[in-house]
Amino acid sequence: MNTPTNLKYAASHEWARLEADGTVTVGITDHAQEALGDIVFLELPAVGRVVKAGEECAVVESVKAASDIYAPVSGEVVDANQAAADAPESVNADAYAAWLFRIKPAAADQCATELGGLLGAEAYAATL
Amino acid sequence: MLLRTPLYESHLAAGAKMVDFSGWEMPIHYGSQIEEHHAVRRDAGMFDVSHMCALDLVGPDARGYLRRLLANDVAKLTMPGKALYSCMLDETGGVIDDLIVYFFTPERYRIVVNAGTTDKDIDWMRACLGGVSGGFNATLMVRRRGNDDAVTMIALQGPDAHERRRTGVDAVAMIAVQGPRARERFWTAFPDSRAATATLENFQAAEFTSAQGDWLVARTGYTGEDGFEVTVPAEAAADVWATLLAAGVKPCGLGARDTLRLEAGMNLYGQDMDESVTPFEVGLKWTVDLKDPAREFIGKSALATRQARNLFAGLLLLDRGGLRAHQKVITPQGEGETTSGSFSPSLNQSIALARLPLGVALGSEVEVVIRDKRLKAGVVKPTFVRNGKSLI
Repeated sequence: MNTPTNLKYAASHEWARLEADGTVTVGITDHAQEALGDIVFLELPAVGRVVKAGEECAVVESVKAASDIYAPVSGEVVDANQAAADAPESVNADAYAAWLFRIKPAAADQCATELGGLLGAEAYAATL
Repeated sequence: MLLRTPLYESHLAAGAKMVDFSGWEMPIHYGSQIEEHHAVRRDAGMFDVSHMCALDLVGPDARGYLRRLLANDVAKLTMPGKALYSCMLDETGGVIDDLIVYFFTPERYRIVVNAGTTDKDIDWMRACLGGVSGGFNATLMVRRRGNDDAVTMIALQGPDAHERRRTGVDAVAMIAVQGPRARERFWTAFPDSRAATATLENFQAAEFTSAQGDWLVARTGYTGEDGFEVTVPAEAAADVWATLLAAGVKPCGLGARDTLRLEAGMNLYGQDMDESVTPFEVGLKWTVDLKDPAREFIGKSALATRQARNLFAGLLLLDRGGLRAHQKVITPQGEGETTSGSFSPSLNQSIALARLPLGVALGSEVEVVIRDKRLKAGVVKPTFVRNGKSLI
């Protein structure tokens, strides 16, 4: 299973990456796309929506199941990946390239705490 | 311990993701369920259906027994190899299982039942062999085997039962080759079979002997496409699979099988129907044969008085979202429920089979509650796609 070491992981199978500009990019893991099977529909959060860590904010729907996606950090949604929504199979092809949305944290220190509470690659892989 | 079909190793070699299906370790897909779905709609795909149970029924009373056991009437089968789809009902008219029966002679039939219901079916069939009037002189033989490599022999009854228990019968494997090019690719793979199978009509089968033993090739399926269901000796299964693969037939898993049958509007036993409903309530009135007033099949008297409680219909989601089984449907006539639902790869939208209140009109709009939202759906005839074409 592909779990890049530069990412943080939620037990609910999202990955999060802190960008240089302080925003956090979010997607689903390779394990999640594999378990879901062919993905046919993405429901992404509206840009401008304010979310709390752990809040449901997107849906990934495959041929066989719908899966809620939770925000790994608190903040404002500043971007949603329309290209992925237009081609949901891109998440199956590369779950780490086909990100879902980007969050601008409300506060950097809170974000650091929230990211610190996520799993590293090895710890996440151990949960699978 | 899950049971494995004779094709288990072939699935692993083809990169299958295996899952538990009714106690059988079966391929759900070999990479992409959607690609497998399209292969069957556009070219040819193959499914291992050896988890389903093939049964042979032989004996002087075989025909009379089936005329009592099944809601459809095997008396209409007169040409050797001709097949019939039927429900097997309990005394209340509830559906115990749906099955296909093949006629060879009035004293010899092949029956194929669902995997998840096999034990229940055999218990019922055995009880009915005993029957009310001294029983039927017929023997039921299981042609499937599981892990232990032993041919399963249950439900033996009749004068030659002991003999057969001692000698046993050979186990078979079944491969469904489906799609517009399925027959052509099958003949490429097995040119010698062409003479025996070229003129088969729908729901007709041919028995013949090949270098790999006795084969039964039937023009039947569960996808809404043309094709064959091929029954071969268990020992030959892996070779047959490999030969079909080399002829360009794509391995397809149970995931694609489900979206294909759903698009074709075919019920899945245990999901769209069970003992709680009659054939009339799940769109299968055409399979209940009431023409012969003298024929007393099991469940007949109940069907005469039991009113249908719902309309069986298809739903086509008009918004984006996912239809699944057991979602609530809101109509002007009251609430209904989906029994199967999925994204349809052929139509690129969500479809479902549903039980709706009587009086809901085809062509009307209803709402489906999906994840706390109400989304609009159109009520349609429960056949969405046939032979590669949308019927919507």
